[in-house]
Amino acid sequence: MLLASLPFYQLLSFLLLITFGKKLSWQLAAIISVSSMALTVLASTILLFELSASENQILNVNLWHWFDLNHALGKSQINLSFYLDGLSAVMISVVSGVGFLIHLFAAIYMKSDENFARFMAYMNLFIVAMLILVLADNLVLLYLGWEGVGLCSFLLIGFWYHEKNNVLAARKAFIVTRIGDTSMAIGLLLLFNSFGELNIAAVTTLVQQSSHSVSGLSVEQTNNIYWIALLLLGGAVGKSAQLPLQTWLPDAMAGPTPVSALIHAATMVTAGVYLIARMHDIFILSPEVMNYIAWLGAITLLLAGIAALAQTDIKRVLAYSTMSQIGYMMLALGAGAWSAGVFHLMTHAFFKALLFLTAGAVIYALHHQQNLFKMGGLLKKLPFEGSLFVVGLICLMALPGSSGFFSKEAIIAQLWSSNTAGPLLWWCAILGALLTSIYSCRLFFLAFMGTARFSDKTHSEKNILLRSALIILALLSLFGGLIPLDLTLVFPTELAASIPEILEPSWLHTLAILTPFIGILFSWFYFKKYRTSRVVGSEYNLSASESRLVVFCRQGLGFDSLYSLLFIKPYQWLAEKNKHDVVDQVIMLNAWYISLWHDALIMMQNGSLRWYLAAFGLAIMLLLGVSFL
Amino acid sequence: MTLTFIMVGLIIAGLLVWQAENLWLGSAKWLSLISLVLLSTVFAVFVLNNSVANEDFVQLQVLTRVAWIKTFSIEYALALDQLSILLISLTLLLAFICVLVSWREIQHHVGFYYFNLLLSIAGIIGVFVAVDVFLFFFFWEVMLLPMTAIIAIWGHEKRQFAALKFFIFTQVSSLLMLVAIIATAYFHLLQTGRLSFYYPDWLLLDIPLEISQYLMLGFFIAFAVKLPSVPLHSWLPDAHTQAPTAGSVLLAGVLLKTGAYGLIRFVIFLFPQASVQFAPVAATLAVISILYGAKMAFAQQDFKRLVAYSSISHMGFVMLALFAFNTIAYQGAIITIVAHGLSSAALFALAGMIYHRIHSRSLTDMGGFWHSAPRMGGFALVFASAAFGLPGLANFIGEFFSLVGVFQVLPAFAIVAAVGLIGSAIYGMVLFQSSFQGEPKHVITDLQLRELLICSSLLLLLIAIGLYPMLLLKFSFGVM
Repeated sequence: MLLASLPFYQLLSFLLLITFGKKLSWQLAAIISVSSMALTVLASTILLFELSASENQILNVNLWHWFDLNHALGKSQINLSFYLDGLSAVMISVVSGVGFLIHLFAAIYMKSDENFARFMAYMNLFIVAMLILVLADNLVLLYLGWEGVGLCSFLLIGFWYHEKNNVLAARKAFIVTRIGDTSMAIGLLLLFNSFGELNIAAVTTLVQQSSHSVSGLSVEQTNNIYWIALLLLGGAVGKSAQLPLQTWLPDAMAGPTPVSALIHAATMVTAGVYLIARMHDIFILSPEVMNYIAWLGAITLLLAGIAALAQTDIKRVLAYSTMSQIGYMMLALGAGAWSAGVFHLMTHAFFKALLFLTAGAVIYALHHQQNLFKMGGLLKKLPFEGSLFVVGLICLMALPGSSGFFSKEAIIAQLWSSNTAGPLLWWCAILGALLTSIYSCRLFFLAFMGTARFSDKTHSEKNILLRSALIILALLSLFGGLIPLDLTLVFPTELAASIPEILEPSWLHTLAILTPFIGILFSWFYFKKYRTSRVVGSEYNLSASESRLVVFCRQGLGFDSLYSLLFIKPYQWLAEKNKHDVVDQVIMLNAWYISLWHDALIMMQNGSLRWYLAAFGLAIMLLLGVSFL
Repeated sequence: MTLTFIMVGLIIAGLLVWQAENLWLGSAKWLSLISLVLLSTVFAVFVLNNSVANEDFVQLQVLTRVAWIKTFSIEYALALDQLSILLISLTLLLAFICVLVSWREIQHHVGFYYFNLLLSIAGIIGVFVAVDVFLFFFFWEVMLLPMTAIIAIWGHEKRQFAALKFFIFTQVSSLLMLVAIIATAYFHLLQTGRLSFYYPDWLLLDIPLEISQYLMLGFFIAFAVKLPSVPLHSWLPDAHTQAPTAGSVLLAGVLLKTGAYGLIRFVIFLFPQASVQFAPVAATLAVISILYGAKMAFAQQDFKRLVAYSSISHMGFVMLALFAFNTIAYQGAIITIVAHGLSSAALFALAGMIYHRIHSRSLTDMGGFWHSAPRMGGFALVFASAAFGLPGLANFIGEFFSLVGVFQVLPAFAIVAAVGLIGSAIYGMVLFQSSFQGEPKHVITDLQLRELLICSSLLLLLIAIGLYPMLLLKFSFGVM
């Protein structure tokens, strides 16, 4: 019963906040939204205990019967039911835990906003949708949560809707992810058509049965599974901002910073990873698609890392970094390292939420300044924020001992000998780690070292609740790697994916651990002027490079202009050209034709005798002519 | 008898209302509302009381059957089944909405307006209950005339043109239907030696495919115009845009559904073989409608015109689902019919509310309404999301069922139709964002109590069907 109630605390809070809206005082709105989140945390904690005490490590609850779908293989019942196993338990802990801390932060951070209640209402609604997404026991309900988080993401990106840019960013995020969603929807259609089921557990059993049966999978089934996996991957790629649907994420930073932390770093963007992990039984049967996932992840990881190197906006650096870290998760999934991918999902949620929130605190302290080149020397001026940011960056770079280290090493360690990944992808991951540490250092040097390149006084938010939220996140980031994550029941097939014969060279692990340090060392010298700008003399002089290559990288490596050229412009052109509906114009030709006759006949009835006589004569001649011929 | 009573009641109420308005100003809307309440109650009580006796109306139950024009053995025959009960309920519900949205909007010839409104509702109910095909045709014309009058008298700036276009489109197409009706009746004479326009008689006919395909086509074209399907859709944007709010609500909510109803009853059930043979063409037209409607909606600058084109897109789903001849798809079509009736009615009502405040339908004049009217914004968001098929709302169930069903039969069509989901997200975003987001251009008052009532009742229904579709799915609606 507790499981059934999990999303409803937030739903209730959402309804209260949206109904009373501005009538609520800040205190009341904050108490309602944050305490409902606290209830969710409490309920999830109890559920985790219940889950570990339960017999088969699965909890199930049925809310109500949604609908039935008939299929030649029998009737499939689609219910509003929740399903809690090890994987969804990780997800609800992340969503409720990190979600609670971000809610707490947001309640103070957004205090002065005139639409505070509406903001918290959207945040609550988002948690509802996200919980439904991760708890759904069938893919239709999962799709409901999936679209729900998309809508909330849209609303929160465009929260400050007076600005045209925010509105456009929100639209872009919604439509780009919708393209992925459509692919996923088609995947569901094909899945239902091939297996007659949409219940996740039932699909899993069916797929396993047919692959373990004596005859194995038929050619048609293998083919279908390939397409299902590919189409689901399309959905995952859209939500998780991977190539080729990654373009919406940097623009989504237009939303308030707590939104970027909650939705665009910790939870929603990892929904794609969750989907693939959840449906891993389908993906296992399609090694080609697993290989695509690995490559997509690797390429995204590198490209986003390169793009992050050229950003000037602190939030956009973090956005590209998120994209790149999700690339790691995808790479892990593609290699069949399921639990390593999910592990990284969890630790990333901790440290990226920490980074975003601290960045938010810094931006707030600098009067909404987001440009890195207008910061500098902040470690001295904002020591609290600065040291927390260092903690976040240490985890992001995966320095030994931090949570990021454990999860990233777990991924990298399994790449070399995986039969859907391999040495080449291992090198990509290492290169990615190098890039990560370089852009992290650049970010840190620019913002926190050197001299201050701004004139205003900083005003640091000293609220104890806000600070404690950050401190807890920092502790989680540092020690989250020690949380034991046993997903062997969810992913029993993990080890089968690797080929034991391939000998791993002994230097692999050493190199993997050393890479971030190489990056730091390189940055220390390469970005010397960022870190010691006082040497230059005029302290306001530091500016971003405007060379064409850097600008190209800063704008996301040209994907936006490419898509604009390929899709947006043609669609707009078509819409503009055919604004008046060519079909209508063709039909209206009839009307024109009739009125033409109308005019012609009116002209003939002109009452002049000469005209009638001439027409009479002409007609007779015509008739005679015709009869002679 | 009850059905006749309801229809006659509506007409008499219309006449009374018309006269009453001349005596007491402002009485027409109240009287219309009261008569609608009374007659809806009569209908509900009648259906509930008789459902057991008629086996839940699973089969078509003939309730009235008397001779009308004996020379041609035309009868006055009325019947009900689950499909017609559903559509009549939708009609009556939207009739309330129509009266409520007209409350302030209609300022001249008020009595005559409500007379026309009630008359067209009587006609629409007639269409859904007539089982003598000639009688069906009669009602088909009856509902057309008051509708044309509503557009022509109380519409916007180009109302005469729009009314004329609407009238000619429907007239020409129903002429084809008339030919098909007479031909089928004549065929009945040839086959059984007896002229008959009685629908249950026609169901027993065994018409060879080479003849039935032409008969089917006559009906199909009439209903495709009404639905509407590309390329016969172009009356709809003009009519919707120019009609007063209640006119648009009625047009989108119910009048289009008479087309879908006709397709089900007089094309698919009456000419099953010919329909199956024709399915590839119809499905192609449907898919084109989905994509073309979505694309055209994106190009519009006029709020109502945008919603009108989106209707074309949604009705494409209905036609596609119907011509898949699959149970799930059929259920999807039924749900889409209801869901679109509610959501498009809501969007048109919203357009009317905005027009009432800023006297413009152009999206370029709108923007930032959320600032001054957050409640209206919330409703607009939900109704726009319903239009682009957000799960949890009724339209999603309809579209999902349609696509699942169609995929089992015509996978390629389903995939192309699914691309329409992207198109609907695009126009939905454009509609919502350009009216409610952006820099505030006007300060408007938020929803009044009456408007709140309209929006929240439609919203509740959309959510109820979206989260508990078994409300409708437990009925079979004469499923194949």
